Amino acid sequence: MSKDIRIKKGLNINLVGAAEQTLSKAVLSNVYALNLNDFHGITPKMLVKQGAEIKAGEALFYNKNNEQMLFVSPVSGELVEIERGARRRILTIKILADKEQQQLEHPKLDVDKASSAEIKSYLLKGGCWPFIKQRPYDIIANPDNNPKAIFISGYNTAPLAADIDFALQGKEAEIQAAVTALGRLTPGKVHVSIAKSGNSILAGLNGVELHRVSGPHPAGLVGTQINKIDPINKGETVWTVSPQDLVIIGELLLSGTFNAERVVALVGSSVKDPKYYKTKIGTEVSTFLYGSGVHGENFRVINGDVLTGAKSSQDGYLGFYNNTVTAIPEGDDYEFFGWNKPIFNKVSNTRAMTFSWLMPKKKFDLTTNTNGEHRAFVITGQYEQVFPLDIYPMQLLKACMVKDLDEMEQLGLYEVAPEDFSLTEFICISKQPHQQIIREGLDLLHQEIG
Amino acid sequence: MSLKSKLHETKMKFQGKKMAPAFNAIHTFLFAPNETTHNGSHVRGADDLKRTMNTVIMALVPVLIFSIFNAGYQHYAGLNGFPENFSLMEHFLTWENAWIGIIKVLPLLAVSYGVGLLVEFIFAVIKGHEVEEGYLVTGILVPLIVPVDTPLWMLAVAVVFGVVIGKEVFGGTGMNILNPALTIRAFLFFAYPTWMSGDKVWVHQARERSEQILAGATDIDAISGETILGYLAQNKGAAMEAKYTVMDMFWGFVPGSVGETSAFLCLLGGLFLIFSKIASWRIMVSAVIGSLVMGLIFNGVVDQGWIGETSKFYGLMSFDYWKHLIVGGLAFGIVYMATDPVTGAQTNRGKWIYGFLIGFISVMIRVFNPAYPEGVFLAILLMNVFAPTIDHYVIRGNVNRRMKRLKNAVVHPKDSDGKAVELQAETV
Repeated sequence: MSKDIRIKKGLNINLVGAAEQTLSKAVLSNVYALNLNDFHGITPKMLVKQGAEIKAGEALFYNKNNEQMLFVSPVSGELVEIERGARRRILTIKILADKEQQQLEHPKLDVDKASSAEIKSYLLKGGCWPFIKQRPYDIIANPDNNPKAIFISGYNTAPLAADIDFALQGKEAEIQAAVTALGRLTPGKVHVSIAKSGNSILAGLNGVELHRVSGPHPAGLVGTQINKIDPINKGETVWTVSPQDLVIIGELLLSGTFNAERVVALVGSSVKDPKYYKTKIGTEVSTFLYGSGVHGENFRVINGDVLTGAKSSQDGYLGFYNNTVTAIPEGDDYEFFGWNKPIFNKVSNTRAMTFSWLMPKKKFDLTTNTNGEHRAFVITGQYEQVFPLDIYPMQLLKACMVKDLDEMEQLGLYEVAPEDFSLTEFICISKQPHQQIIREGLDLLHQEIG
Repeated sequence: MSLKSKLHETKMKFQGKKMAPAFNAIHTFLFAPNETTHNGSHVRGADDLKRTMNTVIMALVPVLIFSIFNAGYQHYAGLNGFPENFSLMEHFLTWENAWIGIIKVLPLLAVSYGVGLLVEFIFAVIKGHEVEEGYLVTGILVPLIVPVDTPLWMLAVAVVFGVVIGKEVFGGTGMNILNPALTIRAFLFFAYPTWMSGDKVWVHQARERSEQILAGATDIDAISGETILGYLAQNKGAAMEAKYTVMDMFWGFVPGSVGETSAFLCLLGGLFLIFSKIASWRIMVSAVIGSLVMGLIFNGVVDQGWIGETSKFYGLMSFDYWKHLIVGGLAFGIVYMATDPVTGAQTNRGKWIYGFLIGFISVMIRVFNPAYPEGVFLAILLMNVFAPTIDHYVIRGNVNRRMKRLKNAVVHPKDSDGKAVELQAETV
């Protein structure tokens, strides 16, 4: 059964540097790293000490608030460094990989016979639980919860995002196993969304409710789909999983091993030869970045897409959740009369002497320049043009800024994640940090209400 | 060394200093800043507030140019009568006319920007924030909505009042409740009423000459400069129609505040602002509808014979409903004032209500209170005050929808501890 979702409000940002559909193998990385910023809201407690030898899939640390939730190493090797920041907060954990990889093996789990408790503890022990995120709060799911539904978006509409159908080809069995297991964890449905046109590899899944989505970005964001399919009410929880993470969950269930392998799209206008690479979570970005070649020196490496990714660097590491790495030029230069001359080479949602509306097919080469300074909220009605959720975006942002818990709750903060505000942030004339505002609002609400 | 790197060095020198906002305001006027994103969206759209404000100014430039010529045209028409066989090039776009505009309108503009921006710079330096662009539009609106002979000192006082009380005390651009330009206009109106209303203020020298004649001068001619609404308020509809045609009203060759007279240019500006997606078409369209509805009601009252020709309301009530849009400041107010995003309604549905009421109340004040033949600025200020209330109820609608959804939601099983109930495989 499939139901159509048609999104009208939104904006497609066409950028230079989409990945060509060819798959290369990235050079093996010497050091792999887990960046703890990827796991928002987790207080890590180390299980192994510096210098310890660990296998791939062996736990490195656990969540202080839930000791069963283990975070595992993507590779086998020696734990060489635990980098700490202010107040000894752990920032990154680095592992020097063995030449011969050793895998920690779990007994296989028969998904069809296992109870939900068994599935939960298997995923927690196997290190796959962190792939399951929850809303409200956009954090790693609390295994004690009982989600009303699980949502998987199989349609990537973000600028230059990896093509899921290409990246996950041949992984149908793993995905099916993961989806079946997830179906056990909710009394509701597992909703899978795919593009309206084209043959998605997710179209043939059993035991899911399939939705066909069309329209501009953010049609592919899971938050948009939740809002259209079954919006979250106060007190309810839904879980979300990304398709590339389903593969790793499925492989754990089928073979009993945590396989950190992942197909990553290297994209962006600073990449000479943007394409797909087969590599592992936590790998050094340089292992494939220079394989494709780069333009110039002054560019930014982003773990993820340009709208929601995390800033990384040329000697950074692939994030835990990412299947896209973007490199775009830094925009740290002045532009003479940049505020009043006609603009042809940047994307805009208005027509105020900006001409991107004339060129819907043109691919733009955007830099990281903010194109203006931070201001108070002035213009109204702009966000609504690109924000398809049944929520008042500016009012919710303001409620978060003034920390008004009641307003935040009533205006729908439970339903959103920071990424839902990435497009409003992009077009914001006042250059407000929308995603950060929402993140702080969610954290406050989580802390106060729980 | 290039200008760019020189300015960059100076910026570094100013960094963290008290005067940094003042320097940055000038610097960012010349160069879009070299700021980059940090996290969140790594790329950003092309528009910033400067560009947005600049677009509104571009929509106002034709109005300003027209007003410069019209100042002279009305002055000489007051002296010599309106020309027969009017020709745009011969009678309107002349150096004579322009000169009156240059010596009367441009100083108003200079004072408005000079004083207003000075206040903004002072507040930015004291409060240590960047100079925000809100005044760029206010600064050009102000000279366009005052009578041409407004003394410069009076304008300066009003601008200081409007910017400080109307905007800065609320926290600056984006935080104000009342439209600053209209606050300035209202201050002038109530503080110096004799300079702001009557039949002697709308044309250059009209007031001066009438004072001299009163004082006994006999060698000069009086200039009469009654506005169309003024005629109508005195039930002199016939005299008005003998003097001005409907096309005069539409093109704007009539007396009035400096830049409000041309409905045609307001229409062009409005279309430009709608096309560029800067101003809200919802507010403009609903305001037009609101004023037409009110005008139709009044026309209906006259048609029913409930108001006789001797009534003091007859002139304005019997005025064809659609003509309200091309006289006075209604078109100007709808396009450039009502659409102010900060002080207007902020939700799309709220904008419909807000705009409609502005049009409706503008015409109502016009007709019922001949002391304020121009009701537009009062109507907009009134609706500025009510805009948050309108938004509140629109947003409550969204909240109530969410509450209702919660009420109808299926409750999933939980045990007494509030923990999820173990789901058996066979129940799924």
